[in-house]
Amino acid sequence: MSSQDRPADSKPAVQSTQEARMEGTDDRFNSKLREAFGSSPFILTKFDQFMNWVRGSSMFMLQFGIACCSIEMMATYAIKHDLDRFGAGIPRASPRQADVIIVPGTIVSKFAPRMKRVYDQMPEPKFVVSMGSCTISGGPFQQGYNVVKGAEEVIPCDIHVPGCPPRPEALIYGVAKLQERVANGESSPVTVKPYELEQFGDLEQDELVDHLAEDIDRETLVMRYNWADSP
Amino acid sequence: MSLEDPRDTEALEEELVGVTNEGVDYDALEDLLGEHVIGRESHLNAEAFVIRPDEVQEVLFTLRDQAGFDHLSNLSAQEYEDRYESVYHLKKYNDPTQEVTVVVPTTKRDPRSQSAEPVYRTADWHEREAYDLIGIEYDDHPDLRRILLPETWQGHPMGLDYDQDQPQVVSFENHANPLEEDHQDAESDTMFINIGPHHPATHGVLHLKTVLDGEQVADVDPDIGYLHRCEEQMAQSSKYRKEIMPYPDRWDYSSAGILNEWSYARAAEDLADLEVPEYAQVIRTMAAELSRMAGHMLAVGTFALDVYGDFTAIFQYAFRDREKILNLLEDLTGQRLMFNYLRLGGVAWDLPEPREEYFEKLRDFLDELPQTVEEYHSLLSSNEIFQIRCVDTGVLEPDVAKSYGATGPIARGSGIDYDLRRDDPYGYYPELDWDVITEDGSDNYARVLVRLQEVEQSARIIEQCVDLLAEWPEEDREIQSNVPRTLRPEEDAEIYRAVEAAKGELGIYMRSDGTDSPARFKIRSPCFSNLQTLPELSEGEYIPDMVASLGSLDIILGEVDR
Repeated sequence: MSSQDRPADSKPAVQSTQEARMEGTDDRFNSKLREAFGSSPFILTKFDQFMNWVRGSSMFMLQFGIACCSIEMMATYAIKHDLDRFGAGIPRASPRQADVIIVPGTIVSKFAPRMKRVYDQMPEPKFVVSMGSCTISGGPFQQGYNVVKGAEEVIPCDIHVPGCPPRPEALIYGVAKLQERVANGESSPVTVKPYELEQFGDLEQDELVDHLAEDIDRETLVMRYNWADSP
Repeated sequence: MSLEDPRDTEALEEELVGVTNEGVDYDALEDLLGEHVIGRESHLNAEAFVIRPDEVQEVLFTLRDQAGFDHLSNLSAQEYEDRYESVYHLKKYNDPTQEVTVVVPTTKRDPRSQSAEPVYRTADWHEREAYDLIGIEYDDHPDLRRILLPETWQGHPMGLDYDQDQPQVVSFENHANPLEEDHQDAESDTMFINIGPHHPATHGVLHLKTVLDGEQVADVDPDIGYLHRCEEQMAQSSKYRKEIMPYPDRWDYSSAGILNEWSYARAAEDLADLEVPEYAQVIRTMAAELSRMAGHMLAVGTFALDVYGDFTAIFQYAFRDREKILNLLEDLTGQRLMFNYLRLGGVAWDLPEPREEYFEKLRDFLDELPQTVEEYHSLLSSNEIFQIRCVDTGVLEPDVAKSYGATGPIARGSGIDYDLRRDDPYGYYPELDWDVITEDGSDNYARVLVRLQEVEQSARIIEQCVDLLAEWPEEDREIQSNVPRTLRPEEDAEIYRAVEAAKGELGIYMRSDGTDSPARFKIRSPCFSNLQTLPELSEGEYIPDMVASLGSLDIILGEVDR
């Protein structure tokens, strides 16, 4: 493949187009990519596929710590595990610059609406890696009066990484899986959150309730969590 | 500033009531309080005086000023079938083995009690928590509102008649919107700014309601509870013997799990009167110090990240060294972060085989450590930019720190010589040779220095433990004493026990009701009290200094909110 590998004396008389291109007037522009393109400077692909490949190859993660799992998440970003090796290691402080949110920890009632807001602030397309048992079901705190039983109650999740907390290797595997799926153009079904639909659905609809319901500002009713019926 | 009067402690030293060579003379204290005492109880850690709910301040002032109890360690509130109780655990910074407990019962119908806030500033948050979770109201409290749960929450979840299945409405409206109310009012030129709960510098999910005057902080109100995951409820619904132990790992999750486990182990062992074999104590001590080192590494690394955005050098260096410690702990416990290694009456298993190899690994790590710490000093503490950011910022005066119940590196950075490992000895610490580090700077810089030096002291302790363990006779390696399968401590036994965790005094209050799980389990979190000092550290300072102060407090939100 590479022209540099070949000894100078065994240079064939006929040059391929590819080799000719690599010996331009200014070889500063040579690159592995240019080499790989072969005889043509053009590539032919579907734009969608190209974009998916781009998205999967360079993911900006949201710097988003909640609980214990965020310590392991930091370890995943940091030395030794170094998530950046896989093209997914730039923690962004602002949700507006992030593609992926890793949800690392227990979500409680007070935090759930805030997390929803952070998620809403991320630009499309956005992906969610839910990290740890707490984001799957509430984990060891599932019985708690204040604990939301899984991230999926609040935002849709693409990948679940189980563990309490998952090892950095597990998180890397989860992120790599997500990259693979994104590159292949697969997406997760979006789950419908109970709090979005339910608006005092368990009350009997009489006049008084209707009247009171008119006063409710839908915008502010961000989260009404029904503890009894949740899984 | 502190609300308490400046006291001349040295002059008072002579005439403190109730101080004897054999510990606290509770009869003298009872005489001192006179007719305020309406009853007396015996808790396992100290005697308790029952007082009337409208005389709290008077009693606490007396105990503080005339008997020298200057540390309100904890407030445990609980509901009985017939009454509410606020239990104030008092200690002395000079000698934490001198303890006294003040029990304040209130009626069920009208749970009102006088606030202790004028006596100890730290009572502010503790009483808010008691109000939030139990439902006791405190008269004279400056700001009695919910602290952990959302303001719209209905009911008090740790009360007896709370129905956990009732739906709760949590909306955005109870949080100030930074975009709408930019100015506090039209006249002033202060600006309101929300920091958090999602913010890289808050070390988790902390929300700071900050009012700025120009670039200076005029007012800061920490809003916590974004990680209140019902740790106390979890413990109360689990059994003593094995079910509670995994939870402490998740309080202070900065890999300081062993220290947290030890706090529960110590309290439960004293409650159920269990022995711990000496060999297990040495292993505990070693594992705990490894945990402490990992916790301090994380603190230093993230502090550098806060102060000058140093993601590349210090942060990565700290994580490199932390990984080494985590590998050692993983070899020992089988887990990277949530160790679940201690058991009541000992530890889960012996050191990994082959032992020699493990000791070799530990010694290799300890041999490299002085050089590593030197590296930190040259990168961090002798860095001029770092010094400019940290010296004389976030100053916490010692008497203010005491009033807020600050402990751990925060207190020691303010020159308070308070370390439970030495002052209230447990484990194998009394047999070992090590020093308590204090710095007089009272600023952010002093706190970092304390942490870095404590890493060295921990290394000293581990080194001695390794030597002891290596020479321990094989037939004597008892890792657990004989503990009954089901523990049922005596009915109505109450205990408050604390250990020195990475962040300070981590205490557990437990009351047993004769069953195999505690009737009340209260966690005294060091971070909770330490975080309370943040307004003192940062008001009047520049906003970047507030971020530095917050970083130097080294809070872990899992432990603040529990």
